[in-house]
Amino acid sequence: MSYSVPFSRWAQAVVLVLAVFLFLGAGDTDARFKDLGHRMMCTCGCGQVLLECNHVGCQSSDKMRNQLLAALDRGDNDDLILQGFVQEYGPTVVAAPTTTGFNRVAWVMPGLALISGMAFVVLVVRAWKNKPAPAVADGVPLPRRGELDDFKRKAREETDL
Amino acid sequence: MSQIGSFALLLALGLSAYSFLAGLLALLGRDAGSLRLGETARRAGIATFAAVLLASVVLVTAAFKDDFSIAYILHHSNRDLPVAYKFAVLWSGQEGSLLFWSLLLAAYGFVLRLRYKIDQRLFAHASVIIAAVQVFFLLILNFAAHPFGMVAGTIPEDGNGLNPLLQYPEMVIHPPMLYLGYVGFTIPFAFALGALIMRYPGEKWIHITRRWTMVTWGFLTIGIFLGMHWAYYVLGWGGYWGWDPVENASWMPWLAGTAFLHSVMMQEKRGMLKVWNMWLIFITFMLSILGTFLTRSGVISSVHAFAQSGIGAWFMGDFGRLSGFPLFYWYPGFLEIVLVVCACFYWANRDHLQSEHKLESLVSRESSFLFNNLLLMVACFTVLWGTLFPILSEWVQGHKVTVGPPFFNRVIVPIGLLLMLLTAVGPLLAWRKTSLESLKRNFLLPLFGSLAIGFLMIAFGVRPWEDPSFFYAVMAAILSMMVIFTVISEFVRGGRVIAGKSEMGLLAAMVHLWHRNTRRYGGYIVHFGVALVVIGFLGTPFNKEVEKEMGFGDKVQIGPYTLVCQSYTQDDNPNYANEWAIINVFRGGKQITTMYPERRFYKSTGQPQTIPRIYPSYKEDLLLVHDLYLVYEGRNEDTGKPIIKAHVNPLVPWIWSGFLLMVFGTITCLVPNAEARRAVPATAPVREPAHVGAGD
Repeated sequence: MSYSVPFSRWAQAVVLVLAVFLFLGAGDTDARFKDLGHRMMCTCGCGQVLLECNHVGCQSSDKMRNQLLAALDRGDNDDLILQGFVQEYGPTVVAAPTTTGFNRVAWVMPGLALISGMAFVVLVVRAWKNKPAPAVADGVPLPRRGELDDFKRKAREETDL
Repeated sequence: MSQIGSFALLLALGLSAYSFLAGLLALLGRDAGSLRLGETARRAGIATFAAVLLASVVLVTAAFKDDFSIAYILHHSNRDLPVAYKFAVLWSGQEGSLLFWSLLLAAYGFVLRLRYKIDQRLFAHASVIIAAVQVFFLLILNFAAHPFGMVAGTIPEDGNGLNPLLQYPEMVIHPPMLYLGYVGFTIPFAFALGALIMRYPGEKWIHITRRWTMVTWGFLTIGIFLGMHWAYYVLGWGGYWGWDPVENASWMPWLAGTAFLHSVMMQEKRGMLKVWNMWLIFITFMLSILGTFLTRSGVISSVHAFAQSGIGAWFMGDFGRLSGFPLFYWYPGFLEIVLVVCACFYWANRDHLQSEHKLESLVSRESSFLFNNLLLMVACFTVLWGTLFPILSEWVQGHKVTVGPPFFNRVIVPIGLLLMLLTAVGPLLAWRKTSLESLKRNFLLPLFGSLAIGFLMIAFGVRPWEDPSFFYAVMAAILSMMVIFTVISEFVRGGRVIAGKSEMGLLAAMVHLWHRNTRRYGGYIVHFGVALVVIGFLGTPFNKEVEKEMGFGDKVQIGPYTLVCQSYTQDDNPNYANEWAIINVFRGGKQITTMYPERRFYKSTGQPQTIPRIYPSYKEDLLLVHDLYLVYEGRNEDTGKPIIKAHVNPLVPWIWSGFLLMVFGTITCLVPNAEARRAVPATAPVREPAHVGAGD
C-alpha cells in the first residue's frame, strides 16, 4: 500500500527542523545575554555594540547591561526585552532594523538585488549564446553565418585548399 | 605664512581652471593653434601641482612652527605634539584632508601629464577631466573649507592638539594610503571617459590604465587593512571592523574596483563587456567621491567622520524650499554633474561600445567573471544600502534606525561565501568554453582537500548545526582552503608542464611560470591572500573574553592562559599622563611573556586613549595561531585597582599575513612579463603571451 505525505506536512517538517536548528542553544541565560547584548547599541555615542563598548564607567552601557540582566532574570522573552529597550532609548538602540513594517525593506533589498542580478546575468548569458556575433567597434558588421560560409568557399577556391 | 598658503591655493585654482578650459578648447579645434593651446593647458596642469604642493608645505610648516594664528593649526596641533604627528596634521581635519586630496590628485595629474607622449590625444582628454575634478576640490578649498583661515581675536598660547586616536604610528601611513586609493581612481575614470568621448579605437586605453588601476587598488587595499590594524591595535574593543559608515565608505570603491579589475580582462581578451566596464569605472569613481561626501557632510553619524559642515551641498547639491515662499529650488552637486556628464557621453557614444564576441558557454571564464562581478556589485550595493538606510528610514518613517554589525554580518557573509566559491572555481575555467571533464579533473583535488578540512573541524568539536555562526565558520574554512588548494594546484600543474619541457626543477619552473604571466599568477597570489584573510575572519565565533578587576597577584584564566597582575603604576610626560598594568602571562605553568596594557590621558585635548597589548601565539601555535589581547579599561574608583579586559581572538594574525600576501601579489602583478619584455618591440601593441593551463 502506498501512502503519500501531503506537501504541507513536508513544509511544516522543514520549518520545524530549521527552527530547531536556528534556536538550538538559545535557551540559557548566558547565551541570551551575549546574543541580545550584541543586538543592541550602546547609547553613549561611541557607536559600538552594547557588549563591545569599552568605556569604563560608561553611564549608558553599565546601566543597559544591568537592565538586560534584570530582564533576563525576570524571564522576559527576547522580543519583550528589545521592545522595552526601544521604548526607553528609542529605535536606534536596536543594532539592526527589525523585520516589521518599512524596516523589512532593509532586509529584502540585498536578497532581491542578488536574485534579480542572477536572473539578469542568466538572461544575458542565454541571449548572448543565442544571438549572432555582434558588430565590431568601428561599426562594420561581422559577416553572418551564411556570408561566412560564402567567404570560406571563395577562399578555398582561390587558394585551391 | 597663511597669506602664502592662501595665494598658492588661489593660484592653483586659476591654473587648474585654465588647464580645464584651455584644454577643452584645444580638444575642440584641430589646427596648430589648438595644439599650442593644448600644450599650455598641459603645462598649467603641471604648475597646478607645484601650487598645491606649496600650499601643503605651508600648512605643514605652520604646524611645525606652532603658528596658532591659523585656525586649522590651532584646532589640530599643539606645541608638545611629536614631530611625526606634525605631518599628520595635514590630513587630521576637514580642511587639511581636502587639501591633501587635492595634492594627491595634482600629483597623479603631474605624472600623467609628464607621460603624455604615450598617446597625446587620449592623455589630453584625461588631463582635461582631471583638471575638472581638480577645479571642484580647489573651489571647496578656496571658498568653503579654507585651511588658512585666521583666528579672530587673541591667539592662544597653545593649540587644542591632535586627536589622540590619530597619535599612533600607523595613522601617519593609513590616511595617505587610503587617499591614494580614493584619489587614484580618478585616473582610470578620466581615461575611460576620455576614451568614450573620443571614441577611442581598440582597448589600448585599458592597457595604459591597467597599472594605474592596479596601483590604486593596491593603495586602497593597504589603506583599508591599515585602518583595520589601527582599529584593532588602538580602539581597544578587540575587533578590527565595526561596519561603521566611514569604514563602509572605503570598502565600496574597493569592491567596485575589484569588479572592474576582473571584468576588464574580458574586454582586453575578448572585446566583451565594454558598456559594463565603462560604467563600472564610472561607479567606482563616484563611490570614491560619495565616500568623501559621507565622511565630511555629517549626513551619517560615525566615530570616524569629520565634523558636520556645509560642504555636503558641494558634493550632492541641495534641494529645499525658498524661505517664505512655496517655491522649491534645486541645484546640482559634483556627483550629480559627474553622473549626468557620464550618462550623456555614454548615450552619445553607446554604439562604440558593442561587444566583439559572444559568450559561448555558461561554463567558461567569461561567465565566472560575470557572476564574480554580480556578487561584488551586490555586496557593494548591500553596503551602500545599509549605510544609507538610516537616512531613508528617517525620510519614510520619521525616525532613524541603526544598521549595525548584525545586519551586515547576516547579509554580507553569505555573499562573501559565494564569492569564495567563485574564487576557487573561476581560475580552473578556460576562456570561451570548459568541458565538464576537465573541470572535474582539475577541481576534484581542491574539493576533497577542503572538505577534509571541514570534517576535521567537526571532528575537533565545531558543531555547525548548533549555531549559524559556526556553520558560516565551517563553510568559510572549506571555501578558503578550496581557494588555496586551487591556487597551489594551478602553480604546480603549470610548473610541471614547464619542468617537463626543460631542465628546470619544479620550484624554478613555477617561478618561471609566474614570470611568463605575472598578472595571472600574481592574481592567484592575491587570491591566496584573500583566502588567508577569510581564515582570519572565521575565528570570530570562537572569540573568548573576560573582564576583571586585578589587584597585586590576582589571577585570571582565559583560554590556555593564566594572567597574573604583577603590578600597576602611572607616569607622566608633556603630551600625556598614563596608567598601566604589568601582567605576567603563563601557559602550561610556564611564564611566556609580560604584557603592559595602558591607558593615556592627553593633556591638550583632555581625551583618554586605550593602548591594548597583543600577544600573537606564533611560537606556541603555528597554524591555529591566536591573539591574547589585553585592555586596561581604567581603575575602579572605590578600590583603586585596574580593570583588565582580556580577549583570546583565534586566527586573527592570519588576517595580517593574508593582507601582506595580497600586497605582495599586487606588486608581482605589476612586474612586466618576461616574454613580453624580450619579444615585443616597444611600439607594438601589448599582447599577453601564450598561457599554460586553463587560460588567463
